[in-house]
Amino acid sequence: MATVFKRPHALIDVPLHYCPGCTHGIVHRLIAEVIDELGIEGKTVGISPVGCTYNNYDYFNCDMVQAAHGRAPAVGTGVKRVNPDNIVFTYQGDGDLAAIGTAEIVHAATRGENITTIFVNNAIYGMTSGQMAPTTLMNQVTTTSPYGRKPEIHGFPIKVCEMLSTLDGAVFVERVSTHDIKNIMSAKKAIKKAFQVQMANKGFAIVEVLSACPTNWGLNPLEALKWIQDNMVPFYPLGNFKGKDLEV
Amino acid sequence: MGEKLLMKGNEVIAEAAIRAGCRHYFGYPITPQTEIAHYMAKKMPEVDGTFVQAESEIAAINMVYGAASAGARVLTSSSSPGISLKQEGISYIAGAELPAVVVNIVRCGPGLGGILPAQCDYFQAVKGGGHGDYKMVVLAPCSVQELYEMTVEAFNISDKYRILTMIMGDGILGQMMEAVEFKDKEDIISPDKNWATTGTQMKREHNVVTSIFINPEVLENHNHKLQEKYALITENEIKVETYNCENADIIVAAFGTVARIIKNVIKMAEKEGIKVGLIRPITLWPFPERAFQKYADVPKAFLTVELNAGQMLEDVKLAVNGKKPVHFYGRMGGMLPTQQEILDKIKDILK
Amino acid sequence: MMAQQEIIIAGFGGQGILSAGRLLAYAGMLDNKHVSWLPSYGPEMRGGTANCHVTISDEPVGSPILNSSTALVVMNGPSLDKFESMVVSGGMIITDSSLVERDIKRADIDLFEIPATKIASDMGNLTYANIILLGKLIARTNVVSKENFEEALKKVLPEKKHYMIPEEMKALELGMNY
Ligand SMILES: Cc1ncc(C[n+]2csc(CCOP(=O)(O)OP(=O)(O)O)c2C)c(N)n1
Ligand code: SF4
Ligand SMILES: [Mg+2]
Repeated sequence: MATVFKRPHALIDVPLHYCPGCTHGIVHRLIAEVIDELGIEGKTVGISPVGCTYNNYDYFNCDMVQAAHGRAPAVGTGVKRVNPDNIVFTYQGDGDLAAIGTAEIVHAATRGENITTIFVNNAIYGMTSGQMAPTTLMNQVTTTSPYGRKPEIHGFPIKVCEMLSTLDGAVFVERVSTHDIKNIMSAKKAIKKAFQVQMANKGFAIVEVLSACPTNWGLNPLEALKWIQDNMVPFYPLGNFKGKDLEV
Repeated sequence: MGEKLLMKGNEVIAEAAIRAGCRHYFGYPITPQTEIAHYMAKKMPEVDGTFVQAESEIAAINMVYGAASAGARVLTSSSSPGISLKQEGISYIAGAELPAVVVNIVRCGPGLGGILPAQCDYFQAVKGGGHGDYKMVVLAPCSVQELYEMTVEAFNISDKYRILTMIMGDGILGQMMEAVEFKDKEDIISPDKNWATTGTQMKREHNVVTSIFINPEVLENHNHKLQEKYALITENEIKVETYNCENADIIVAAFGTVARIIKNVIKMAEKEGIKVGLIRPITLWPFPERAFQKYADVPKAFLTVELNAGQMLEDVKLAVNGKKPVHFYGRMGGMLPTQQEILDKIKDILK
Repeated sequence: MMAQQEIIIAGFGGQGILSAGRLLAYAGMLDNKHVSWLPSYGPEMRGGTANCHVTISDEPVGSPILNSSTALVVMNGPSLDKFESMVVSGGMIITDSSLVERDIKRADIDLFEIPATKIASDMGNLTYANIILLGKLIARTNVVSKENFEEALKKVLPEKKHYMIPEEMKALELGMNY
């Protein structure tokens, strides 16, 4: 049992600055465990986004590059094209990836860019204090949808996995969640496969992780996990969209 | 005047815009100005206006381009990294001669930088951050009351000259609360926007909003016309506060929040028998050159104090034109100069 | 009161630090003083500390950012560490002694230690702790009038919370008389 709680080497031993109950920390840990298990820390380069995790370069032990808001897939492309032997991953929130960075993610995917994207969907802009995100659910109240998200005003939430899986260059697409242990275990499996796809030079891989932002949802940590299960999962179905049987 | 209210600078900008008849706001969240968006999201539906959270600042400024083409009073707001993204659209708005208002609550850069107060976007604003030979009017208020008055004024200037007006503040102005008194009714000019693309209704020739002029003669003429407009604005719209400048030992040039710190320094210096004057440019473009020329013979020296590495300094030097030495004191990274620091600098110069 | 009061209020996010400052500034404005209120802002506040600078003056306020303060109200240890040295000689520090454990280092200031959180908890509502501390500040400095503090509550609290005002005023009195 003792080994279960051992901090992965790829995660630096410092306290994370996230709010209590924030699941960004869990996602960091899963990525680090996968890097350890695949033995790739020395050749991995991560791209940090703009969002609450802007400084996750302080947490991952591999080389890291901090990118402008939404541009991580373009920055990752640059890193990977210079050194194709590097394992490159981007870590992005829903505002970063699905709003300002929509062009970059779509084109990295359609180019079949051989990188891995970990997309953390918490249905809100965490960092800037709770504005509506492209993934905010219908009727969800945020600081910029104070009367709730309404289709006639705000349009509809973007289903990133469904959208990207229409692109030939995206070879591995899966949605997972962090709201209980069982789902966290599946999340880890998907993240591991997304890195293995890159190691096998198969093309673009993305894992969308449903995540909690108790602070901006106005819920306590437990309520927030339940909110993922009750509200996010029905709208954002979990599972593999592409590349389940891909040989890696 | 109405009731005195205690309000946050950012919220006052939003309220002032609505009072000035702005019914269209497009923006993308960024600290430290996001309260403008929050306020608009709440209030626009109440006044039949539109609030759109764009997918990026690039989209937001192009929504502004569209709404201005359609003849509306339109606002967008952001902070430094977002304003950088808006530069393309700003240049197109200048080229197409559209009226619009942009708020920049500046934070320190370069890059992602930090979120604390800075004035490091001065060059970007007054020298042209986008491409091409263009200018925009840049207003630099220094109190919450001024944020209100200048936001209303910005819409008037924009409509009057078909130009983009920027309101430049910093995190202190955006985040602080001060008393504000709104007028019962705003003085709003409403020139005929017969150039707007609202549909011909089959009753007039079609209108075209564009910034592309392939024929070089036509484009040169267009540029001449822009320059004439900029000259006219320079003639009519300069705003500046001069304070304590008669017989001053030294005149400090500062804008925005820094000017407030200087006013405290003036009191401190007075107690030590030093007479410090202040020239506070309120329009950063057009720059109040004449105020500097008027007082150029008075002090022993000028001192420019800014929250950057010395940007307005260049304009002050041009205005003083070698008549007196122009010194500089600046802080960066979100650090602010203390009154004592500035006073020490002044004493050092006068030694 | 003194011609200009420069007050720093500091503690954890969620203790009503910012709203305490806002109430004070609002009351000052209603007293026809010049006022400014400036909060700490941005992500550094996440789960961490919050503070605000309030200036209440007979003259127009210069810089709203304070380099020194005439009074410091603190509701946690880290804030005392951060701001203790900024209080002017002869100024005052008011601490919530339920939460601030260490002693004050300064000997040249007036110190008031009030177990505000404990008193508020006895009243049945922890959110009154900040008001209790303001009570002491107001009693000692007359920085704002009690009448206009009550008016400020009406302006600042949303209508649906107005029923709390009598309790808030009771908290204020408890602080004033502690
Ligand atoms: C060009 C630009 N625009 C806006 C911002 C402000 N900004 C910082 S983080 C963020 C959104 C973060 O939301 P998300 O990507 O969902 O990440 P989360 O914090 O929720 O993990 C925004 C808009 C910025 N830094 N740069
Ligand atoms: S604001 Fe939300 S996303 Fe950001 S650290 Fe806190 S809980 Fe996590
Ligand atoms: Mg998010």
